[in-house]
Amino acid sequence: MWDYSETVKDHFFNPRNAGEVASANATGDVGSISCGDALRLQLKVNPETEIIEDAGFQTFGCGSAIASSSALTEMIKGKTLDEALKVTNQDIADFLQGLPPEKMHCSVMGREALQAAIADYRGEVWRDDHEEGELICKCFAVDAVMIEDTIRANGLKTVEDVTNYTKAGGGCSSCHEGIEEILGKVLAEQGLEFDPEARAWPEPIPSETIPAPTAGKLTNLQRIKKIEEVIAAVRPTLQADRGDIELIDVQGNQVLVHLVGACAGCQMAGLTLGGVQQQMMEALGEFIHVVPVAKKTAPVGVSVRG
Amino acid sequence: MDGIYLDNNATTQVDPEVVEKMLPYFTEQFGNPSSMHQFGNKVGFAIKKAREQVQSLLGAAYDSEIVFTSCGTESDSTAIMSALKAYPKRKEIITTVIEHPAVLELCKHLEKEDYTVHYLKVDEKGRLDLGQYQKLLSPEVAIVSVMWANNETGSLFPVVEMAEMAHAAGVLFHTDAVQAVGKVPIDLKTTKIDMLSLSGHKLHAPKGIGVLYLKRGTRFRPLLRGGHQERGRRAGTENAPAIVGLGVACELAAKHMAFEQSEVKALRDRLQQGILDAVPHCFVTGDPSNRLPNTLNVAFEYIEGEAILMLLNKDGIAASSGSACTSGSLEPSHVMRAMGIPFTAAHGTVRFSLSRFNTPEEIDKVVAVVPGVVAKLRKLSPYWGENGPVANPETAFAPAYA
Repeated sequence: MWDYSETVKDHFFNPRNAGEVASANATGDVGSISCGDALRLQLKVNPETEIIEDAGFQTFGCGSAIASSSALTEMIKGKTLDEALKVTNQDIADFLQGLPPEKMHCSVMGREALQAAIADYRGEVWRDDHEEGELICKCFAVDAVMIEDTIRANGLKTVEDVTNYTKAGGGCSSCHEGIEEILGKVLAEQGLEFDPEARAWPEPIPSETIPAPTAGKLTNLQRIKKIEEVIAAVRPTLQADRGDIELIDVQGNQVLVHLVGACAGCQMAGLTLGGVQQQMMEALGEFIHVVPVAKKTAPVGVSVRG
Repeated sequence: MDGIYLDNNATTQVDPEVVEKMLPYFTEQFGNPSSMHQFGNKVGFAIKKAREQVQSLLGAAYDSEIVFTSCGTESDSTAIMSALKAYPKRKEIITTVIEHPAVLELCKHLEKEDYTVHYLKVDEKGRLDLGQYQKLLSPEVAIVSVMWANNETGSLFPVVEMAEMAHAAGVLFHTDAVQAVGKVPIDLKTTKIDMLSLSGHKLHAPKGIGVLYLKRGTRFRPLLRGGHQERGRRAGTENAPAIVGLGVACELAAKHMAFEQSEVKALRDRLQQGILDAVPHCFVTGDPSNRLPNTLNVAFEYIEGEAILMLLNKDGIAASSGSACTSGSLEPSHVMRAMGIPFTAAHGTVRFSLSRFNTPEEIDKVVAVVPGVVAKLRKLSPYWGENGPVANPETAFAPAYA
């Protein structure tokens, strides 16, 4: 059984605005009968104000498809067409208190039905530019078509590349075999072969620079300065994803950091820390282990031991 | 737990008698059957008895032909991989398009390792063309793997006849019989079946126990090597409680075989008639004249299966569906597609699978509930009008990117 939210269940068991809309002047039919989900959205738009006065749906589909349709009609009633077009599929999913990754396409279908209906009202032709493939990464809901296109567009060669570009494979990692298969297929088209030993960004550091015993050359103060520089350099990227990182302490070759906001609990945290660690090793020329820690109550200044 | 359980092809409740007989093997009878002392000895004898109980249900000639495994999937993988290892020059496999993923996904994987897999097609009722099968049998084929009964439709394949044909061509024959064992009489000693898989939890034994029947003299290569358990054919300490439970379950299945064939079948037929009489635009899939006594698969047109299951579940009725959504895949059941069932019906297939624990009252409740569930969803469907499907449904509603 799917882990549906109470809101999804409510909208499935008691769908709002089901059925045809009398005197509708906009219709959007989208979906794929082979996939088992299809939706007809009908709107009654006031020609003077462009306000959606009524909305109704007919859906062939599963529980979350019906719930997404129902939620969509509730969300757009009373909005102008331009306002309604701002509704994203994530908005629909949020309205429903989330959808399982396998079911996110139901919210996409809702958004597309809306675009199609509004195009119909405006006398435009709506064309779907969205192709859906088999769901590969269940942690981040990334499908095969998305992975394939991204590999092709960016010349990706490794699973790590794919994770960096699409997030696919950055969670539980059980889809790595599937990603490797797609890589193999796309690379074969280019006359190349997938190399499971290849390393992705960051570039492998030349072996002579890894544990080169340079520790003696840097003072503790110099080391910490360099560590702080690395932290400062990665923060903007993390902040862009509504996360952050904070330096807590340096103990020997252990660098203790605290992940903040979206980074904390993110399934990509391990990957992020790996990248930071790699950069620190390059900056310091010694082996560094970055360890995530919970923040202590009494903030301490950076102290150096050992 | 309250509710009406009609999903016995997915798994069954463990028979209370089975549970009772298993319990001592979690407590005082904890010994390792390989041990010499009294703690292990008694467990060893219990496993011996269970082996004979399984042998008896299968009609196997020797108890040493019974190899305990962890599940049906392990038995399937062991059988197929063994044939490939034992006959390394043979690079072909014959199976069918409607096998369980336990066989199908393994075969797809083996194709990547340069084996050629022949997938026998089925007709609209899920039947095979034995002429096509005969043509494919050759010294290039390492193994034929064909299910005894299909898990979705309950349709039976003529595996006894197919094993004779394979044997005549000098090819090993394996059957995945997890749905058939305990529901139809089986007498392996009079067949040419070389290997057979069964799964305990499909016949009121617990999950985590399976059997590979291995006919004496069949060339075999183990999947798991290690200790001498199962005469070295399946290493790993025996799951003694589950083995004891499976033995009891097999004895009970033999005892209830006639009941399954008469009473359970009658309940299934009552359910089928009740639904067909009350619901327009639905039909039975598979081959109704040649199927398991407990299985009914109905396609409800113009609605989707997961939605049906959710509404049935609200009324306490448990069944399963071949829709894409229930499995999280992009296509409806491969079994329904192989039989050429159109998408508008394949997504609305519902499997009701009964057991000896179901009652006539339960069946009548289901017959009373189903029509309302179907009507409610059809009211939401773009393919459905006031009192029936819209005219030319496929053209009246043709969504973008179909």
